[in-house]
Amino acid sequence: MAKSSIKIRAKAKNGVVTVKALISHKMETGLRKDKKTGKVIPAHFIEEVNCDHNGSAVMNAEWGVAISKNPYLSFKFAGASGDTIKLSWKDNTGKSDSLETKVR
Amino acid sequence: MQRRHFLKNTMATGAIALAATSGLLVPVQVLAWNKKAFEAKDVQGAMKATIGTELTEASDKIKIKAPDIAENGAVVPVTISSTLANVTSITVISEKNGTPLIGKFNLKGKAEAFISTRIKMGKTSNVIAICESGGKFFSARKEVKVTIGGCGG
Repeated sequence: MAKSSIKIRAKAKNGVVTVKALISHKMETGLRKDKKTGKVIPAHFIEEVNCDHNGSAVMNAEWGVAISKNPYLSFKFAGASGDTIKLSWKDNTGKSDSLETKVR
Repeated sequence: MQRRHFLKNTMATGAIALAATSGLLVPVQVLAWNKKAFEAKDVQGAMKATIGTELTEASDKIKIKAPDIAENGAVVPVTISSTLANVTSITVISEKNGTPLIGKFNLKGKAEAFISTRIKMGKTSNVIAICESGGKFFSARKEVKVTIGGCGG
């Protein structure tokens, strides 16, 4: 199986789940130029990130090009350990990835 | 009679296949990314396109945790949290970026008013956080100095 582009840590403490996620993506702005060829590198970035908690949405983010390369995202919601969370992203070229994990 | 029926059917399916290949049956896009908002060149334009208004109420119930001085503008860690009730979305704007809108985080269900991420900043400017709570918009800002060259000055 190919390695997922997403890494998630989700921990429950006092009824609150803190999710920390790292996505491996180059987040190209479309403004940078290739040093060798002088050509503009086309924009390639994540537009949408969705997170489901036990099958219902808790967070949906719309991103622009100004999110850093290899994006880090953290958020919190009310939940307990053992719950299922699913994180998925979609970029401007139509690529996507998702990962499901259990809250610890 | 049967033959006639067969012909009619094949013709009908043929027409659908043709329509599909010629692009007449384009699948409807379900979620439209707010292109206008992300391409807006000024803060007002970006705010209008994302939240529908450029008027927000300043609030001290929104906390922005970001460095006072960022040595590398490409990676500025920003944490936004709020004690406002029922926050349904958090919008992040960097005032002097070419396209100021950074992202909008829609919070649903049991989500708490807390977001942490890393952003790109072109130059020294304010980071604006807008929280939507009960149909109203509240904002807070914090200045982040971006030093180029990374000498920490």
